[in-house]
Amino acid sequence: MSEYIASIGLEVHVQLKTRTKMFCSCPAHREDDLPNTNVCPVCLGLPGALPVPNREAIRKTVKTGLMMGSTISLRSRFDRKNYFYPDMPKNYQITQQERPLCIGGGLEIEVNGKKKFIRLNHIHQEEDAAKITHLEHSSEIDYNRASTPLMEMVTEPDMSTPDEAIAFLTALREMLVYAGISECDLERGHMRCDVNSSIRPAGTDRLGVKCEIKNMNTFRGIHRALEYELRRQQSVLESGGTLRQETRRWDDEAGATFPMRSKEYAHDYRYFNEPDLPPVVLDQATIDQWRTEIPELPRARRARFVSDYGLPEYDAGVLTADRAIADWYEAAARASKNPKAVSNWVMGELLRALGEKGLTITDAKITPGALASLLDLLDKKTINGPAAKEVFQILFDQGGDPAEIVKAKGLAQVSDTGAMETFAEQAIAANPKSVDDYRSGKQAALMYLVGQVMKLSRGKANPQLAAEILRAKLAP
Amino acid sequence: MRKDELIELGVGDALDAMAAGRTSSEELTAALLERMDALQPRLNALTWYDAEDALAQARAADAERASGAAETKPLLGVPIAIKDLLNVRGQPCTAGSNILKGYTAPYDATVIARLRAAGAVMVSRANTDEFAMGGSTETSAYGPSKNPWDPTRVPGGSSGGSAAAVAARLAPAALGSDTGGSIRQPASFCGITGLKPTYGRVSRYGCTAFASSLDQVGPMARTVEDAARVYAVIAGADPHDATTRAEPLGDPVGAARGGAESRSLKGVRIGLPREYFSSGTDPEVESLVRAAVEECRRLGAETVEVSLPHTQYGIACYYILAPAEASANLARYEGVRYGARARDAEDLLALYEQTRSRGFGAEVKRRVILGTYVLGSGFYDAYYARAQKVRTLVRRDFEAAFAGGGCDVLLGPVAPTPAFRLGERTADPLQMYLGDIFTVNVNLAGVCAMSVPCGFTAAGLPVGLHLVGPAFGEDRLLSVAAAYQASTDWHLRRPPEASLDRSIV
Repeated sequence: MSEYIASIGLEVHVQLKTRTKMFCSCPAHREDDLPNTNVCPVCLGLPGALPVPNREAIRKTVKTGLMMGSTISLRSRFDRKNYFYPDMPKNYQITQQERPLCIGGGLEIEVNGKKKFIRLNHIHQEEDAAKITHLEHSSEIDYNRASTPLMEMVTEPDMSTPDEAIAFLTALREMLVYAGISECDLERGHMRCDVNSSIRPAGTDRLGVKCEIKNMNTFRGIHRALEYELRRQQSVLESGGTLRQETRRWDDEAGATFPMRSKEYAHDYRYFNEPDLPPVVLDQATIDQWRTEIPELPRARRARFVSDYGLPEYDAGVLTADRAIADWYEAAARASKNPKAVSNWVMGELLRALGEKGLTITDAKITPGALASLLDLLDKKTINGPAAKEVFQILFDQGGDPAEIVKAKGLAQVSDTGAMETFAEQAIAANPKSVDDYRSGKQAALMYLVGQVMKLSRGKANPQLAAEILRAKLAP
Repeated sequence: MRKDELIELGVGDALDAMAAGRTSSEELTAALLERMDALQPRLNALTWYDAEDALAQARAADAERASGAAETKPLLGVPIAIKDLLNVRGQPCTAGSNILKGYTAPYDATVIARLRAAGAVMVSRANTDEFAMGGSTETSAYGPSKNPWDPTRVPGGSSGGSAAAVAARLAPAALGSDTGGSIRQPASFCGITGLKPTYGRVSRYGCTAFASSLDQVGPMARTVEDAARVYAVIAGADPHDATTRAEPLGDPVGAARGGAESRSLKGVRIGLPREYFSSGTDPEVESLVRAAVEECRRLGAETVEVSLPHTQYGIACYYILAPAEASANLARYEGVRYGARARDAEDLLALYEQTRSRGFGAEVKRRVILGTYVLGSGFYDAYYARAQKVRTLVRRDFEAAFAGGGCDVLLGPVAPTPAFRLGERTADPLQMYLGDIFTVNVNLAGVCAMSVPCGFTAAGLPVGLHLVGPAFGEDRLLSVAAAYQASTDWHLRRPPEASLDRSIV
């Protein structure tokens, strides 16, 4: 793309994490239930049924706008978008066209160490469609998903590479999951994307002819589709052709985009004000209240972990990737004198143990305070490393107090010099070969002897002390 | 009680008679059912009724009365005819359309839930223009209802079945809906009393939508007080309808009763909109309305001329906005989930086209096409957006007359003519639309209004008086209407049985 510049814009549809649907009290996010069991006159579009807006959905959309620096509309309104398709029970979608909830704002991304701000045009509130499964001779419609709260985020065409588009989506998803706005589970269709792209010759300002790829729902697919699409557009221009504005479809198996028949997308949506819903009026005090509910976002938290706990960037990144883990870490770090050790144990032992058992941090029996105490025992050399791992496993499986476990299991290190000297003498007497090796300069032989001391002490010896005593005894 | 006495009972009368033990809901309902059997073939006022269903409700009401529920149930045992636009769980709800033939409502409209809670008996379903689109019931898939005063004439519409049923003594009261005059014009044509409440006063949840920003459900009865009794039950904010408002309801029945008892309009300022007394109104209608003005003055009212300068734009504005909303509201009828379905359709588009082509009548198609057109890209600004601006001007007209002009109510004719002949306007939709000249502006402005009988033409056709109140001014409106009604006897006349016997085909 050396002589062309690409412009990429995204329309991201995000299902909001709410208890009920956008305009009725049916439970939302119950796509695994039997089809058409979470429905009512409203979300089925029965004659006479009327929508009532879900305030929690509006709150989550506004909070998203606040996180992205958008201007929040004190007065927004709903519009009807008219088109016939069986996934829309009313054959119009309630959405926001003229006056969306959030205007402007954006998100900073970082690709290969380069930072870039991607501007947002707006965020609007709308309802999801039902799920249609096309079979060989028929189609099945499940209205459980109909009217699930959605927000649509429309960016400016500020991204210029597929990597930037993915960086934007990754940062967006991280932020939304973090703030509890959405679960952003791509496999479940919580986040779906229309991808707009165009190219123009370098040195020109006017955007090229836009092509839209509809309904993408994997990051990998979006990346591949964009790579393909930008190549395609370039080759059309280079071969002297002209691009026309069109809507295309990504075929993942073919690895290519194909134009959609104009019948499939060329709608006159005949937007007009939704007369069943009064304007959404928000007051500044409410918005300010919602602002206070926004958690510290991952980017800021990462920086703070580095400065507050002296963690390397890498650790901070791993620990803040998941809000619950970050909260857990932070609680343990605050209770401990050694935040870096806490980080090592969370990233190592804790995440490993969770992974093995397929648990989330909220399921774990070990508390942040317990890990802090355990590491304190280790730092004070009350226990040694292997004993600490053993105690950790008990804490993880059953919970409890580390000091008591150490006591009950007799895991405290033996640092009593008298006992240690006896063990050392026994080890020296039983292993003359190793003694000779050590004396002839083989340092590894000492470690073998330390091992023997450990064995004699049933693992409780302080290994450093054992080495010291052995060295003294074997000194020429 | 004798059957001929029972059928004459109004809402209040019926409650008194049941309270006194002179009759029961079952006896009353049975008498009405018998009359329905006799008159339905001639009047076609109803689209459905079921004796077993109605009597079961009536018996349940009688049992409740026996257990002392009458205190808390202000309509206990009172049979009410329901416009076939309102969903009553377990009863058909077709909106007068073939596209919903066979559809049984799975839920109660809020107004129905409130009537049920008040003990009313949903006795029948009243005919309506298809999706309430019309002023004569002639667009109903069930065929037109006939005017009980003259069965060669229309009962008005779209709530023509409700009006005919109440006038012909098939029910003491009915629910109608009014989008551009659909309660008031049939009330005028059939010589009964109808109230279109303020937009936002009565829940639309469960009322099959025609034009969402204009539709309003209201009562139709033979007296102002009876209308007030039904209105008092159905009115009030509803969490299922975001456009309802929590304005205090006041005391509608007390207001109506107080007005009737006082028979006085002292201290009432009545505005006479210049534009409502213009040429073009039938001379008989105009002279009856002018006589009503005199009567109001005699009762002590002060009358002042006011102007609603944008009246003439109302019809054009209404016939852009209402079809625009309807084009979206009726999009759900396409055969996928419920109602009629073109089973022979070969693909999705054919299913849509054939279901809708066969299911909708000509008037509905005309309005859906009109509405689709005015919202279309390239036309929106010229039509829909401009009509919205006109609507604001119309609303300001009324605000100026009420707040600025200090009027308590405005007065004029309901319709420019009395009931017209069946078939007279079916070939000329524009002529039909122009009949809405005095009513549509009230809906555009969202204020409340009534029709009360104010006399008869030489040919014996009833004529209604149009009283318009400010937003949420129902109590004052009911009080004024009741005072006028109590000093006149137009509402006490009943259609001659002879005309009901005349069978016309």
